[in-house]
Amino acid sequence: MGAYELSLVTLVGINVILALSLNLITGFCGQISLGHAAFYGTGAYACALISQAGLPFYAGLAVGGLVAGAVGLVVGLASLRVRHDFLAITTMGVGFLFLGIVRQQEPLGGEIGLTIAAGHGLGGLGFALFVAALAAATVWFSLYVKRSWMGFSFDAVADDEDTARLVGIDVARYKLTAFALGTALAGVAGGLYTQYSGIIVPDAFGFVVSITILAMVVVGGIGSTFGVLGATVVLTLLPLVFQFIDDYKLLLYGGLLFIVMRFFPGGLAELLRRARPARRSP
Amino acid sequence: MTALLEVREVSVQFDGVRALDTVSFAVAEGELVGLIGPNGAGKTTCLRAITGALRPASGRVLLDGRDLTGLPPHARVRLGLGLSQQLVRPFRSMTVAENVMLAAGLARTARPLRALVQNDRGCERARALELLRRVGIEDAAAARPATLPLGVLKRLEVARALALAPRLLLLDEPLAGLNSAEARALADTIAALNADDGLTVVLIEHNLAEVLRSCRRLVVLDNGVRIAEGAPQAVMADPAVRVAYLGEDPDHAAA
Repeated sequence: MGAYELSLVTLVGINVILALSLNLITGFCGQISLGHAAFYGTGAYACALISQAGLPFYAGLAVGGLVAGAVGLVVGLASLRVRHDFLAITTMGVGFLFLGIVRQQEPLGGEIGLTIAAGHGLGGLGFALFVAALAAATVWFSLYVKRSWMGFSFDAVADDEDTARLVGIDVARYKLTAFALGTALAGVAGGLYTQYSGIIVPDAFGFVVSITILAMVVVGGIGSTFGVLGATVVLTLLPLVFQFIDDYKLLLYGGLLFIVMRFFPGGLAELLRRARPARRSP
Repeated sequence: MTALLEVREVSVQFDGVRALDTVSFAVAEGELVGLIGPNGAGKTTCLRAITGALRPASGRVLLDGRDLTGLPPHARVRLGLGLSQQLVRPFRSMTVAENVMLAAGLARTARPLRALVQNDRGCERARALELLRRVGIEDAAAARPATLPLGVLKRLEVARALALAPRLLLLDEPLAGLNSAEARALADTIAALNADDGLTVVLIEHNLAEVLRSCRRLVVLDNGVRIAEGAPQAVMADPAVRVAYLGEDPDHAAA
């Protein structure tokens, strides 16, 4: 594999972790987020600062995840007070707040961003494999959560909060857990992105990115791990293969979000499920 | 008599309207009490005050001597309340069996991180199927609630509440929407749960025939006020109750 292919694998891997991290919050627990890029960015900046402090790359990943998860917990606390539609606005606000803060901070490089001081030292292939392994672990974790009693309780929270309370589920606690886990994973993805790109600027974590992540989740099928995995691979590679799409990203992803939500709310996963019995019949 | 449930001078206010006015009553361990009254009497409001779905303006609710005031609904459920709602609210994304399984897994879902490290559902599945059989809807176990008639969903509500293994079962019109044979069967099941398993039950029901058949004590509400309490025959003979149900003084109505 050439350097370009390796970078594609790496980027797809990072996006898989990122999309599945949002799927934990939005797909499993039913909490919409239009500002997921803020947590991705938090992890990325934390990782860059750790690298500039001379600490190893793995420490950066861990700190990135922890910091993003902590910020996610705070945002989650705020989300407990708002209803579904307002949660979309709140999380979108968090996304813009993140950009606003980062752009103005000298230690964070302002508009110019940050450069990492030390690389991962794994080489292109090593890093691609490392990211792929983490992405595979995230897929496994998603599937595991879905089967666990935590996932079962998430289903209830996503379905009907009042009824969830009637079967003894502490809705607030479960929502916070979803936020903390999902945003921490996004932070890890951010840390990987910092290492992948070598330099980070605020725009890499803007609204378009939040919408892109949400599009991956929605197009794949909200809550379906394999659906989101498939959609992430396609939506990551598409703009790279067809360069012109890159200029119309917001239009494309916004349009996709609208079309899928309006006409195929189950996403790819649902379409495949429906297609399967049809294929069996002669 | 030790009271399992004690409702002490509970008042509920809706936008200036007093939906419940200093209502008090107690339910002893092992009782099957009917909470009755005409439409709008405040029965469901009273139940919602007990489960914590709404906050009373004043008054207290005690379960086995423990003050529930201020506790959120899920905490009250964990202390032993089980509610079957008047308006059915199944989890629509789950099968009928899964609805009941989740409730049966009460011990597993207490804390998210403990829930994360457990994924065995076999024991809860068996319990769910047993309860579905008990309320007579085991055939619907694998079905989704969206495809099912109200009569099945009402019994699903009851099965889900039972799966919590509550100390006190609150049933809000469990028989509504059932045909007379189904209603009779479910009323028998409820009576058996009380008589054989010793489950304490508060039953709100409009089907007076079944109430009078099953309950040994009634509490009557009208316009948010408790107007009578006692043995079914005595309560139904009470002039105040007759006025509440018939809308006017029965002697005048007869004249």
